[in-house]
Amino acid sequence: MAGLTGRALIASRCAKFFKDGDFVNLGIGVPAMCVNYLPEGVDIWMESEIGIVGCGATPKWEDADPDLIDAGGQPASIIKGGCIVDHTTSFAFIRGGHIDATVLGTLQVDQEGNIANWTIPGKLVPGMGGAMDLCAGVKKIIVATDHCDKGGGSKILKKCTLPLTGAKCVTDIVTERCYFEVTPDGLVLRELAPGYTVEDIKECTDADFIVPDEIGVME
Amino acid sequence: MRSKVVTKEEALAKFQDGQTIMFGDWHGQLTADELIDGVLEKGVKDIDAIAVSAGTPDQGVGRLIAAHRVKSLATTHIAFNPLARDQMFAGELDIEFVPQGTFAERIRCGGAGLGGCLTPTGIGTDVEEGKQKLTINGKEYLLELPMHADISLIRAWKADTAGNIVFRKIARATNSYMAYAADFVIVEAEELVEVGELDPEEIDVAAPIIDMVYVRTGEKKPFCLVWQRGKAKAEAKAAEKAKAEAEAAAKAEEEAKAEPEEVKEEVEEKAAEPEEEPAEEVKEEEGGNE
Repeated sequence: MAGLTGRALIASRCAKFFKDGDFVNLGIGVPAMCVNYLPEGVDIWMESEIGIVGCGATPKWEDADPDLIDAGGQPASIIKGGCIVDHTTSFAFIRGGHIDATVLGTLQVDQEGNIANWTIPGKLVPGMGGAMDLCAGVKKIIVATDHCDKGGGSKILKKCTLPLTGAKCVTDIVTERCYFEVTPDGLVLRELAPGYTVEDIKECTDADFIVPDEIGVME
Repeated sequence: MRSKVVTKEEALAKFQDGQTIMFGDWHGQLTADELIDGVLEKGVKDIDAIAVSAGTPDQGVGRLIAAHRVKSLATTHIAFNPLARDQMFAGELDIEFVPQGTFAERIRCGGAGLGGCLTPTGIGTDVEEGKQKLTINGKEYLLELPMHADISLIRAWKADTAGNIVFRKIARATNSYMAYAADFVIVEAEELVEVGELDPEEIDVAAPIIDMVYVRTGEKKPFCLVWQRGKAKAEAKAAEKAKAEAEAAAKAEEEAKAEPEEVKEEVEEKAAEPEEEPAEEVKEEEGGNE
């Protein structure tokens, strides 16, 4: 999809990681937008940790069923072929390595693949919900985030300073400016968003990263 | 078969100050609302609560938190109840945050006679603190201990008089395993049927597990309060839009003779906007992931 910028570009790029038939859990916000950008021919099973396999679109009010809600407590729907399981089974999917990919928003992420997205002590305490379990058990952990915070500071750090949600688990980081792969050697700059240069990314990124010979264009 | 069906008063007689109570629910929905109202009216206090979230201030366990009846809460998520956060910061409510999968499994252990479970969740995070770590086949795990309560409050769709219960759709999420993890289990059912009416295959929790069945007297399946507000907001917005459109149409008709083409275009454009807002997103703080 040409011409995308900002969060739409992030969601669109993340959606390209999915393969047809993947079992996927998406966090709130930008991660949830990924379903709008699935490549052609790619259908995924969306999990809601409350216990839905094959979560569908938000229903209209007249179709809302008080007994069918998503993890956020909102009216939910189930696609054809989907099913309902209890909460322990839902987390067996997550911890047991049955979920192919998850996309998570974050407060901080670092070059070792650590992620901190559940609390700012003394200030922001929503709780970790299912995020720590996702970090512990999902094969591909994609962080979808604005490159910088509201104050302009890099969210991609050498080392997270906030309490971690997961240690050394992130596999990919997608921002509106670039895509980093997390490798045993560190971050590798794989793609740049249209209009950004390697220098631009160096300027706004606290983390160290490897610049390979070939860098793709993010879309 | 002895009937386990009780009145609200009989069910409420089981509640005292200082008990550990498990609340089957999801953000205050799919819960035993009528008995929670009763606990509130009875004035029960100093509750050690176990619930997947802090609910919302006007729904489920969140109402008890709002009324300062809860002294501790083991949970995974409190973003929908700012009062829980305020009480925590004020030192009035002791909150233990538990990763959601660990929460489910600790309660399952509590109901299944297991001494705990080994999970990779939380390794390398603050959740490790004070917990035993074991290495099994080269991988590190945390030993997480069982959770158990004095009373579990369970919401069911159907119950028979013997105590067999059936959940409908997502209501099984936490209600299913919490039914096993308490000394005394009270079910709030929407419908009561006679023994033998439920197919053995459809029964979700077996009669011997359940101690009391209370049958709801109010609306069987009320629309969630958060949704009701969202729906009202969406309807008000739609009404406002319809009114504006009607006015624009009337105006367009009036001016039709002067500039017919231009005005018509404008009206069409407005009508092309999305009709209705989807369900109101409950406001959630940035960063947290369900």
